[in-house]
Amino acid sequence: MNFDFSEEQHLLRDQARGFLDSQGGARCARDMLDGDDGAADALWREIAKLGWMGTAIPEEYGGAGAGGLELCVLAEELGRALAPTAFSTSAYLAAPLLLLAGSDGQKREFLPRLATGEIAATLAVSEGPGNATAKNVGLSARNGQLNGEKYPVSDGGRADLALVLSAEAGGTFYIVRLDGPGVAVTAIASLDPSRPQCKVSFRDAPGERLGQPGQAWDLLRRVYDQAAVLFAFEQVGGAQVALDQACDYARDRFAFGRAIGSYQGVKHKLADMYVAATLAKSNCYYAAWALGNDAPELPLAAATARVSAIKAFDLCASENIQVHGGMGCTWETDCHLYYRRARSLAVNIGGNLVWEEKLLRALEAREEEAA
Amino acid sequence: MDFSDTPAEAKFRAEARAWLDANATPKAHPNQTWASVLEDKSRDNIVRLCKAFQIKRYEDGWACLNWPTEYGGRGLSAIERVIYGQEEGRYIVPRGVVEIGQGMAGPILMKYATEQQKARYLPPMAKGEEIWCQIFSESAAGSDLAGLRMGAVQDGDEWIFNGEKIWTSGAHYSDFGIIVVRTDPDVAKHKGLTFFFIDMKSTGISIEPIRQISGSSHFNTVRFEDVRVPDSQRLGAVGEGWKVALATLMNERVSVGEAPGPDFEQIFALARTVDLDDRPAIENQAVRSRLAQWYCETAGLKNTRMRSVSALSKGETPGPENAIAKLVSARKAQEIARFGSDLMDQCGIVSDQELVPGDGRFQQSYLQSPAMRIAGGTDEILRNIIAERVLGLPQDPRADKGLTFREIPSGNKATEG
Repeated sequence: MNFDFSEEQHLLRDQARGFLDSQGGARCARDMLDGDDGAADALWREIAKLGWMGTAIPEEYGGAGAGGLELCVLAEELGRALAPTAFSTSAYLAAPLLLLAGSDGQKREFLPRLATGEIAATLAVSEGPGNATAKNVGLSARNGQLNGEKYPVSDGGRADLALVLSAEAGGTFYIVRLDGPGVAVTAIASLDPSRPQCKVSFRDAPGERLGQPGQAWDLLRRVYDQAAVLFAFEQVGGAQVALDQACDYARDRFAFGRAIGSYQGVKHKLADMYVAATLAKSNCYYAAWALGNDAPELPLAAATARVSAIKAFDLCASENIQVHGGMGCTWETDCHLYYRRARSLAVNIGGNLVWEEKLLRALEAREEEAA
Repeated sequence: MDFSDTPAEAKFRAEARAWLDANATPKAHPNQTWASVLEDKSRDNIVRLCKAFQIKRYEDGWACLNWPTEYGGRGLSAIERVIYGQEEGRYIVPRGVVEIGQGMAGPILMKYATEQQKARYLPPMAKGEEIWCQIFSESAAGSDLAGLRMGAVQDGDEWIFNGEKIWTSGAHYSDFGIIVVRTDPDVAKHKGLTFFFIDMKSTGISIEPIRQISGSSHFNTVRFEDVRVPDSQRLGAVGEGWKVALATLMNERVSVGEAPGPDFEQIFALARTVDLDDRPAIENQAVRSRLAQWYCETAGLKNTRMRSVSALSKGETPGPENAIAKLVSARKAQEIARFGSDLMDQCGIVSDQELVPGDGRFQQSYLQSPAMRIAGGTDEILRNIIAERVLGLPQDPRADKGLTFREIPSGNKATEG
């Protein structure tokens, strides 16, 4: 057996890590916090040049046709580097949804351009606080015209297209050009400015239906199950770096005449962070296998990876600040970059409570099948 | 990523399964235990059945797979041992008597005993004819094992042992034991220890079971009164006992493994069985949230183990990160026991197995699980190991540094017990 990535996938990891380091690593995310998008723009162009956007898009639509495992490798590295890029919205969410639900014409029109990074796309689902459901999504679609408001929409500023969940027929997706008539995109303040959020208003905005009427929630569930695995890898990557930073600091910082990492109060905290990160990583590996093999275990494996990864990154990011003490609370130290990203990754496709519930439903489905 | 065996592994797995099919009963469900099907649970019967099964294993070539053939093994690698273990896990098999000898004493004899001793002791150990125990801890030396006090003095080509050891599993049915004692209190504590193996039937040894909070007695106190041990039974040099003991303890952490008792599947089943406010407890959100977290931990441990097995399969050595298995599973076992009791509400305290779901195993585990967080490395020691050996953090400064054993402050607990 080989419950690990292949040689080629490890090579891809090394290349990705080297590339992201050369782009400045977490400094790009810090620049964005300081209002400078230059490094993020350059990063987007470079990522597009490398062809990462097309990793999992089939060759017939201009992609590399690699499997989900390659995307997992990239996700972990992007998470480690806190890469401030719209990669995830396009590559984990929009492209898979177009692949799943798009007509042949839609796929031919959009996927090749997504694969090269010529365009970016995002998903517009939430309409405010609370998890989006068929009951509270009110955006209307009549005769191909959309009316309503969505927020937060990740990367709405960079995206050319939004795949918008409307209330039509109980839930129907539409493809909307964000520079089209009747669409207003406004940046909104968020805890993690390195992953910008927007409010998007639609006023008689023209949309093109994506998939069958009433199919949106089922499609969304399937796309989220895949994306949860990838976001979990980003979280595990981030958690690992936060843990490493905390350990480095605990070795070097002295108090009462000795390294703070020699106090059990600190080292036991670090051990607990390591345990959470290791369990999450192992669950991610299993979910990667399920994703790569399109296995029926995917919903359970994805929820397990997601719930463990939320816990691991939240814990490692917050306790990294704690280990750094007062310095951890300053703008100057990088701790808060991970603390912010831990939150944005924890809620972006539904938070812990939603995924715990999905996990239980998957387990109950497993029981019903066995019975 | 690929869960399939190499052709050689697949062939070995098929052979293992064929042998197990012929010699053991498959489990009715994955969590069925040997203890649950055992009618006569007396210690004598357990020892008898374990020995009988081990002899069968040995004779057919399935004992101590990674031991050299001349000592009763098959000279196979770690991955084959894991594969056999995975297959055996699907059958009801007697367990719990030969493991300490084969897991801890055997490897130490192989490393430190003379050729004649290896030829004399290892094959009967592999065969299950002779049972071995481990005699290390003392009432005031557990986590700080190197602080042990029981002494031995040399008298010609013999050593005279006097003192008391504790927490010895299986002392009363063991034929031999491995032991570490203090042979010099006037040097630093790690330097004054020496390692031996002893005949448990020696004159002057008395064994007394310890009654645990669960009411059962898995451990013993072993007392030594002028027990004479030949110098030829020393393993390693005089004063090097700590080095030998450390190698043994690494083996212990691998063999203690995960905590027994109700785990995720049992608490999941219980939550579907009992009602909370007239609805199945599983419909309660607080219950669902706890279940989800335990499932993540259970799956996380399983998948971490798979990564270790995968490393073994590639010929790599898994590191001390395996310490997390016991740390996580022992705490989880205690939490699940307590939550199972909660779900039964007022019956949560009832341990009469006829009257409560799960045959009273949640209640039993409530009393047994505290020991799991201590045996084979406490939660605190395991966190130290992870922090120091995996994360590279510095050791605690120690109050006993630079002192001889005699000078080390010992508090007033050292003389109790």
